[in-house]
Amino acid sequence: MGSYIGKSMKRVEDPRFIQGKGRYVANLTLPGMAYLAIKRSPYAHAKINSIDTSAAEALDGVLGVFTGQDLLNDGVGALPCGWQVPNIKIPVQYALQVDKVRHVGDRVAIVVAESPYIAYDALDLIEVDYDPLPAAIGAKATMEAGVLVHDEIADNVSYTWEIGDMAARNKAFAEADHIVELDLINQRLIATAMEPRAAVAQWNEFTEEMTLWTTSQNPNLTRVVISAFTLQIPEHKLRLISPDVGGGFGSKIPHYPEEILVPWAARRLNRPVKWVSTRSEAAVSDTQGRDHVTKARLAIKNDGTVTGLDVNTWADNGAYLSIVAPLIPTAFYITLLSGLYKIPGIYGNMWGTLSNTVWVDAYRGAGRPEASYVVERLMDLAAQKLNMDPIEFRKKNLIPAEDFPYQTPVALQYDSGNYQGLFAEAEDLSNYAQLRADQAKARQDGRLIGIGVAGCIEASGPAPSAVAGALGGVTGFWESGSIRVHATGKVTVLTGAHSHGQGHDTTFRQIVADQFGINPNDIDISHGDTAVITNGMGTYGSRSTSVGGSALVRSAEKVRGKMAKLAAHLLEADEADMAFDAATGNFHVKGSPDKAKSFGELAFAAYTAHSLPAGMEPGLEEDTYYDPANFTYPNSAHIAQVEVDRETGQITIQKYFAVDDVGNVINPMIVRGQVVGGIAQGVGQALWEGAQYDSGGQLVTGSLLDYTMPRADGFPMIQTSRTVTPSPHNPLGVKGVGEMGTIASTPTIVNAVMDALAPLGVKHIDMPLTAEKVYAAIHAANGGGH
Amino acid sequence: MYPPKFDYYRAASPDEATALVQEHGGKFLAGGHSLIPVMNLRLADPGALVDIGRLDMKGISTSSSGVTIGALTTHAMVAASGDVPTALSEAAGKIGDPQVRNRGTVGGNIAHADPASDLPTVLLTLKATINTNGRSIPADDFFVDLFTTALDEGEIITSVSVASEGANTGSAYAKLVNPASRYAMVGAAAQVTVQNGVCTAASVAVGGLTPKATRASSVEAALVGQPLNSDTLAAAAAAVTNDLDPDDILGDIHASAEYRQQMAPVFVRRALATAVSRAS
Repeated sequence: MGSYIGKSMKRVEDPRFIQGKGRYVANLTLPGMAYLAIKRSPYAHAKINSIDTSAAEALDGVLGVFTGQDLLNDGVGALPCGWQVPNIKIPVQYALQVDKVRHVGDRVAIVVAESPYIAYDALDLIEVDYDPLPAAIGAKATMEAGVLVHDEIADNVSYTWEIGDMAARNKAFAEADHIVELDLINQRLIATAMEPRAAVAQWNEFTEEMTLWTTSQNPNLTRVVISAFTLQIPEHKLRLISPDVGGGFGSKIPHYPEEILVPWAARRLNRPVKWVSTRSEAAVSDTQGRDHVTKARLAIKNDGTVTGLDVNTWADNGAYLSIVAPLIPTAFYITLLSGLYKIPGIYGNMWGTLSNTVWVDAYRGAGRPEASYVVERLMDLAAQKLNMDPIEFRKKNLIPAEDFPYQTPVALQYDSGNYQGLFAEAEDLSNYAQLRADQAKARQDGRLIGIGVAGCIEASGPAPSAVAGALGGVTGFWESGSIRVHATGKVTVLTGAHSHGQGHDTTFRQIVADQFGINPNDIDISHGDTAVITNGMGTYGSRSTSVGGSALVRSAEKVRGKMAKLAAHLLEADEADMAFDAATGNFHVKGSPDKAKSFGELAFAAYTAHSLPAGMEPGLEEDTYYDPANFTYPNSAHIAQVEVDRETGQITIQKYFAVDDVGNVINPMIVRGQVVGGIAQGVGQALWEGAQYDSGGQLVTGSLLDYTMPRADGFPMIQTSRTVTPSPHNPLGVKGVGEMGTIASTPTIVNAVMDALAPLGVKHIDMPLTAEKVYAAIHAANGGGH
Repeated sequence: MYPPKFDYYRAASPDEATALVQEHGGKFLAGGHSLIPVMNLRLADPGALVDIGRLDMKGISTSSSGVTIGALTTHAMVAASGDVPTALSEAAGKIGDPQVRNRGTVGGNIAHADPASDLPTVLLTLKATINTNGRSIPADDFFVDLFTTALDEGEIITSVSVASEGANTGSAYAKLVNPASRYAMVGAAAQVTVQNGVCTAASVAVGGLTPKATRASSVEAALVGQPLNSDTLAAAAAAVTNDLDPDDILGDIHASAEYRQQMAPVFVRRALATAVSRAS
């Protein structure tokens, strides 16, 4: 082990972020730049009779007003779906709609003007004649709405998916001592990244090269999609740059219509064109998250053994399928229903539906939080049914450490784990026995104190490409990692992963510094520019370190291999006798540390090429495409204490303890930051957030005046700890930390509130647990009195 | 966020501001924290803005007659003031977030008369006087309806006057906060004078749940002359129901009218209890 991995190095990115000097797409100004604004539908569902653009075109300063017909005339292709499960019906969608709009915010026309003010003035002058239609709303209700979102897709069901051991499930429920049932809603969320989406495009009419700056989590992947499907600009003539990006949370994975409209307009007008989303626009155009309706039941024995789990879920995809939308409620959801537990009979079934709402795709955790929420709510209800402590009940069902690798009944094979150790640490960190004693006393005083527990699993680091292909993926899921050692011994690292807040510039420096025994300041990380990074898959699914980091380790090994050969040659030693000293970066003859060549000397020698071993080419750079052998399986045990205000229903989080096992840790400070930020986001779902559409399909939580984001004052100081069970199948032994906090905190907090209300007989309240909902439940439980 | 086109004027005096608005139409611009967002959303198109932000109407001064708060005084300044009655600094400190409190002004807030705003409830309780560049208006007469005040077109608020908190007197503000906007879903303000454990004067108002802040006369009547203990406070707070017309109570996705109505006595009681504790 080297000297930088495991250290809480300060993030090299932070000085520019903290001082407001990040380089975001919206900061970019090009000579002669024009501004694009988008006319969006005010209706959830309507027929477009006509679009009159004449008044807008006549406005001084307007360069062009375009509709969907202009794009069709130009041969612009439909947006593809990149995850195709069997029998899927994929609705056709274009960047601008021609005949029908299908959600509030759907795209109808664009204006390009000399200033954004003029562009927005012109939008108001576009006259669209609509015939409003009834809207289909609700993940399950849309199937019976009597309104088709797309005429060719019956019952508004785009796809279905099921997996599990049906016979074992049937046996478990037939032989169960108790069956615990739960109907729940995992509500829709709006991602609300700090930086709204933006795009700038510049066309070079002479070289026919297009440069597109865009707020993407995966610029290389988006380039492939634009080249192959939508604008069909040849890939070698299309450069995508995603510079500093202010958060994504999944909402910046998809290829968006604006990434078609902006470059198309730039080429059409031969002017650089810029579009920056407003916050209101983001609420009706960024992909949203979750939105499941679920009926689930758990089969248990009197001794506390869980034997079966049966889940039916209706997942709303919105009006169109976003790029990997069908992946989220299928292979990222049902496959996670085993949780941390040995449950022989699991079967999951889902319906992927369409509705007249904004599209839904990956959102931090993406399917896995939904799975953990189902499992962990049921585990609590089952423990309650048997009068068992929720931790005791869970421990009875944890997969034993000696059973790894563990094959679940729902396709996945967990790589490694020590869940008993995880829970032991959580009990220790929280002083769980004392928490329960304090709770008993508080209850005697009439206070509604609750303690919530959840143990969660994640499949992160997607994914072996062959597995992705078998599950419906159109692409592979490898990552690229290249190392360019310069003649002066400095190092440039190229990664296909993309940092939009995660701190890759720091973490990857630590990884590479230890590979070479050099100072991290001698290394720069390059990402996000397809002119520099030829191919890459981007960042999502907590994959950057386990997949992208592993690619860098492999490239470093190749570089070291060449350096060892070169050192042996220069020292006139046998290559087999060479040793690498990670502390100094020297290659030396075994047993003779003074007979050595330094990293810098070898780099220089590789480029002067005055004396190379026979057959060795000059230069010192290596590439790797790393295809992971499996997912990694981070896991967590979280415990929280809440108090419910009996008079108002308001909830206060008093204590929060998080133990996460994310395998080996490169930078503990960054890992804690990811855990804490993730917890805040998951608590947001539990207590505050929720996209609400009315029956007509209007988004009534379309601004931050109405959509409740988590805020710092809603949290106590979060206490974190970890256990370390390395992943056995990647060279760093890392698992992934980006989503674990979000997955675990949602059920932890809901379980805590339900525990507080348990003496009143309240079993379940759907999220978000607003004061009014909690008050109503208390009130109902009290029979209308206090 | 790109507002529609507007003309901009900067006034050198309150009377010039009035003349400019009378000449050009449009709106006064102070802190801009209510006006600018609706312009950016293109929900408002005032055509002209008359900037009063640099007029000499900022700051808090005390005299024998009480406390005067300049119309351009920010919420943050009121929150930090030890001179204003406690209920007022407490309410100002619960407005929005630090950014809003550092920009938003007292005059702009009450001129806007948002039903979910905190200050009208407190000013009603404190029997404040709203001073304009033409007259002085008691708070009871100033707030007329939803987003409607007694101000004439072009009339400008210059300051707000309140009496200093007297001997044996305490005040408090309690609110059921909208978790998204941090406006009040229910706000309750109380000022109570206590002598020998008996309430000798009480002023109470509720807001957030009605189109305009509402004086809780029934609560006041139930308190004055009574010994103060948890039972009498709860009984008095419960009387707020008599001051609320159920048909008037506002509801939205964050809190139904029914829930707000049920919460009114809770927050009135909490404000009362804190005010009483501060009176001694």
